[in-house]
Amino acid sequence: MSRISEHPILEFEDKPVVSFTFEGKKLEGRQGDTVASALHANGILVLSHSRQHNRPRGFFCAIGKCSSCLMTVDGRANVRTCTEPLKEGMVVRRQPAIGGELKW
Amino acid sequence: MVETQLLVVGGGPAGLAAAGAAASLGIDVLLADEGLKLGGQLVKQTHKFFGSREHHAGVRGIDIPPLLLANRERVTVLTDTTIIGCYEDGVLTALTGEDKYLKIKAQRAILATGASEKFLSFPGNDLPGVYGAGAVQTLMNQYGVVPGQRVLMVGAGNIGVIVSYQLLQAGIQVAAVVEAAPTIGAYLVHASKLARAGVPILTRHTILEAKGQESVQSAVIAKLDENWQVIPGSEEELAVDVVCLAVGLSPVIDLLGQMGCKTKYVPELGGEVPLRDAGLKTSLGWLYVAGDAAGVEEASAAMVEGRLAGAAAAAELGADAAAAGAIIAQCQASLDSLRRGPVGAKIRAGLSKLEGGTL
Repeated sequence: MSRISEHPILEFEDKPVVSFTFEGKKLEGRQGDTVASALHANGILVLSHSRQHNRPRGFFCAIGKCSSCLMTVDGRANVRTCTEPLKEGMVVRRQPAIGGELKW
Repeated sequence: MVETQLLVVGGGPAGLAAAGAAASLGIDVLLADEGLKLGGQLVKQTHKFFGSREHHAGVRGIDIPPLLLANRERVTVLTDTTIIGCYEDGVLTALTGEDKYLKIKAQRAILATGASEKFLSFPGNDLPGVYGAGAVQTLMNQYGVVPGQRVLMVGAGNIGVIVSYQLLQAGIQVAAVVEAAPTIGAYLVHASKLARAGVPILTRHTILEAKGQESVQSAVIAKLDENWQVIPGSEEELAVDVVCLAVGLSPVIDLLGQMGCKTKYVPELGGEVPLRDAGLKTSLGWLYVAGDAAGVEEASAAMVEGRLAGAAAAAELGADAAAAGAIIAQCQASLDSLRRGPVGAKIRAGLSKLEGGTL
């Protein structure tokens, strides 16, 4: 996965880097990213798992409607990461389908 | 309690136009939008609009929002604010940010809440890599992030075809566009751009399955017969890592539903739509509706409907009747012209089911 470098209409200048961690691993996003867009740019497609069958769930609606991207951010469960602005030092983790802290 | 003459819910094309029109007639407006920025879906529309100058023809969607809110001093904007409840006494509840709740008392409200994407059922439709078309646009055009390397687009209406072209502009391959109907729904000019770029638009084709373990690795498509049944043996597996669904939109009318607003199921308008009069006033009297929430159409019509509802609500709030009436008449003529001809046939058929637009 990567970012768009050239575009005939839009300009995507190099924006400042925003560092964060995902499952303990240090990653970089860009200013203006949401948590989910930064994860996507880093090639992380699986954001959560379904409750009943534990199937992978990813980026789907991008407007905070579908619940597919709910994750735990800085200790807060069920954050809609597709609309949550990325901030320096954020700690992002996957969570159990019902939310809360991972217990296993 | 926050008090206002007019609350506009939704800061997309319809809501911005509604707020702008009412403010220009001297009404104080509170405009609430759940996003961090105003503009709704316009903020990712990189293509130029059609119509005439009054419909912002030739202007890219991304450049339209500031044009709609000319009278900013009368409009108070609340972003990151979701209206979550609507009560019989005219009080609405809102959530700003994570944890700030507020109550709003509005004399009139215009609900311009837009539409949500329809889904399609097939095995593997829940895999990461299956996106709504709007999400692909957001990822590309707002965040500059590549959704994948090779895309199967499902749906050859305007959204499917325009987003396919935007994918090409971002340097991403489009393997094919499949469309279950026998004809392409999109405007010819958009479909032609795609055809010139060598992307096959396969009518009477559908997706059967998305395959992959952790994310999409391929998709199976097949040909449909005249009764929309899969023709055995016509299956084909495409190596794609993105399946993009552009299979239509449904009006978002949850708030009106909470209030028991009269609605009717009209497939041509995207599903359940509120009944309303020629000024877009719903059966609830103090609540108006505009844009895709009133019936899925497109952004140009949404802007005109917003202006119409804004002027109609302003007239009831004591604005200059002649000035409001002039805007209303102009908007109604403008909507008629947008809905003329074969392109507007479906919308006209849908609207006629709403008993000629009267309650």
